[in-house]
Amino acid sequence: MANAHDTDGAHAADHSHDHGGQPATGIKRWLFATNHKDIGTMYLLFSLIMFFVGGAMAMVIRAELFQPGLQLVDPAFFNQMTTNHALVMIFGAVMPAFVGLANWMIPMQIGAPDMALPRMNNFSFWILPFAFTLLLSTFFVPGGAAAGGWTLYPPLSLQTGDSFPMLIFAIHMMGISSIMGAINVIVTIMNMRAPGMNLLKMPLFCWSWLITAYLLIAVMPVLAGAVTMLLTDHFFKTSFFNAAGGGDPVMFEHIFWFFGHPEVYIMILPAFGIISEILPTFSRKPLFGATSMIYAIASIAFLSFIVWGHHMFVDGMPMAAQLFYMMATMLIAVPTGVKVFNWTATMWRGSLSFEPPMLFALSFLFLFTIGGFSGVMLAIVPVDFQYNQTYFVVAHFHYVLVPGAVFGIMAGVYYWLPKWTGHMYSMGLAKAHFWLSTIFVNVLFFPQHFLGLAGMPRRIPDYAVQFTDWNMVSSIGGFGFGLSQILFAVVVVQCIRGGKKATAEVWDGTHPTGLEWTLPSPAPYHSFATAPEIK
Amino acid sequence: MRVDKSLRGVAGLRGVVGIVAALGAAAAARANTSNGYNLPIGVTDMSKAIYGLHMEVFWICVGIAVVVFGAMIYSLVKFRKSQGAIPDTTMVHSTKVEVIWTVIPVVILVVMAIPAADLILKMEDMRNSELSIRVTGYQWKWQYQYMDAAEGINFFSTLAQDSNFARELHSGIDPKTVPNYLLDVDKPLVIPSGTKVRLLLTSQDVIHAWWVPDFGAKRSVIPGFVNELWFNVEPGKEGIYRGQCAALCGRDHGFMPIVVDVRTPDAFKQWVIEQKAAAQLPRAAQVLSN
Repeated sequence: MANAHDTDGAHAADHSHDHGGQPATGIKRWLFATNHKDIGTMYLLFSLIMFFVGGAMAMVIRAELFQPGLQLVDPAFFNQMTTNHALVMIFGAVMPAFVGLANWMIPMQIGAPDMALPRMNNFSFWILPFAFTLLLSTFFVPGGAAAGGWTLYPPLSLQTGDSFPMLIFAIHMMGISSIMGAINVIVTIMNMRAPGMNLLKMPLFCWSWLITAYLLIAVMPVLAGAVTMLLTDHFFKTSFFNAAGGGDPVMFEHIFWFFGHPEVYIMILPAFGIISEILPTFSRKPLFGATSMIYAIASIAFLSFIVWGHHMFVDGMPMAAQLFYMMATMLIAVPTGVKVFNWTATMWRGSLSFEPPMLFALSFLFLFTIGGFSGVMLAIVPVDFQYNQTYFVVAHFHYVLVPGAVFGIMAGVYYWLPKWTGHMYSMGLAKAHFWLSTIFVNVLFFPQHFLGLAGMPRRIPDYAVQFTDWNMVSSIGGFGFGLSQILFAVVVVQCIRGGKKATAEVWDGTHPTGLEWTLPSPAPYHSFATAPEIK
Repeated sequence: MRVDKSLRGVAGLRGVVGIVAALGAAAAARANTSNGYNLPIGVTDMSKAIYGLHMEVFWICVGIAVVVFGAMIYSLVKFRKSQGAIPDTTMVHSTKVEVIWTVIPVVILVVMAIPAADLILKMEDMRNSELSIRVTGYQWKWQYQYMDAAEGINFFSTLAQDSNFARELHSGIDPKTVPNYLLDVDKPLVIPSGTKVRLLLTSQDVIHAWWVPDFGAKRSVIPGFVNELWFNVEPGKEGIYRGQCAALCGRDHGFMPIVVDVRTPDAFKQWVIEQKAAAQLPRAAQVLSN
């Protein structure tokens, strides 16, 4: 099969006469990049830039909410901020970061020289800068950027000004990019594993990405369909969602969340994979229940397709549907619980040390679990009627996305950065970044639980005075968290420019498992010219 | 001396009474609204049941958190390399514990799901309502059209003027000086206590959501759909209850509050009569001018 073929090829290329083995010079290296490492680097840097762009929008939101009354921005601009903060963070920061990590790590972890489809890889990255240029330029067209929420619910989203078609096409471009990235991951994993690496021997990060890639292929076209229907409703007088024309605005919500719920797992499953790599390394002990971890990820992915209705309990849903979605949603807690318990058991009777990747992984473990608890609470239909559309929901999904997905990404970057650059980074600065981030993220998001329970709706630019105190605390946390991220950029840039030489194992004495640690640091331009032997 | 003392005693007594009265008023005010960090207990059976379920689920989560975080923290303290911990690399799998920690969560979830399902059945029981009101959402106000015994009463409810001035960008008005800033309207919805009130909700433009936390009542307000919602405010809990639109509905989403004035059934009847009489006046004037 493909593996056997790879072996033959590898023997022939034993004396590695690299054609194109060295990076091209100048701008061509990046513009025409087909190397998985170059493309991974571009994805990660792009994601970092978008993290700051989306973060700047969050700063505007938190500044306006610092006290009651409108001090800084018009409510319409505030709505543009919340809408585009979400779009930029989801499609610009979190998803590209995971694709960047996949690009860097999957070939190295499965013993392949590169990704399977390098030119498509190039294309899928280079769509993104154009997509986000288009999206961000909507702030400068008449009517301003989209302000109907990232969920784009009609009829409100159809009130968007001239930016509407730009928004839709930007989303299409992001979707195409994601689908191509996902195809590449699947083809690479299915065809390019080193001989002897059967699927169950594959590292958890690859597993989580394989499942994520299938989710992406399943749901990104659904989003594309939904936004295309919005487009034709807006310009071609169709009435998919227009009640006056016999259409159904609730149908959009169903279609959107059929995409949207798997989407939230797209943003967390690769983080699960990263955490499953880091905890065993710094516990100096194999991952507990590795096989059940894989089944847990697969179960979560399956369940993600049948729970979308829990976003819509207050929309007026048949009783049977409420019961079904409630129970299906609660069921997700079971495989998620298995993961958390297995991670805890991995640390149990281990020998723990606390390097920056481990610190972020631990923060993930605690804080993602808090997000999981509020998730279970939100699943309970009758109480969801009180929580829905309040800051409690905002607190919940930021707990799973910031100390969840984003800390997962940062843990991964801190774990593999020396392997990429060949230098160790400043442990002191990274630890400072960790402590500041972990403290401020809680100051930022924990009070939002209180605000939501006390009755503050989400997506409002101004609020009743009884919500002042917690909003002030939350804003202070927000500014602190935002500023702390500058440290992250400093650590990364310093590490790229130089530093103490990293060994092949990087984390000396932990004996990390995974083929990436058999390569020297920095890893050679083509990861495995010869397929490695799998024991 | 004695006079002084007795006077002082009276003053002291008055002070105590004053404090008690103030505390009582504060307690009364607080009993019906959130304490600032938790759900309000509210004034309907439904809101109380929701609060009870919320606290039950919350404490279950706290219990699980104590166990899980306890195990994590124990590991962090006990199994540190710096303390000379030796890893037990043989501990990689145990079907027994994995079955246990799959089954226990399932049991806990069932325990939470049963009362929740029971409450859903009650919430969806729209039968035997005694007063129906049609609620229509607009960008950015509410319209209330009464049916049944109050048929004919029909008005709009918008953000109160003083809030509306204060909320302008750079208004220079401190929101803290505005009574019920952003939670006050020109004309509140008036309903009787001890009565099953049913709302029929629809929208004329975009999706809104009608929400009064103290009633445990929230429902989306969607163009082309008529959603139903009911609540029954306990007798003795008459008063003013406030809420807000809970679905992003455009620029002024944050500025379309809901205020419900709950009166005794008798006072409500009186109000209905007054409203109908007031509605007759312009009509009579119109007839006369014709």
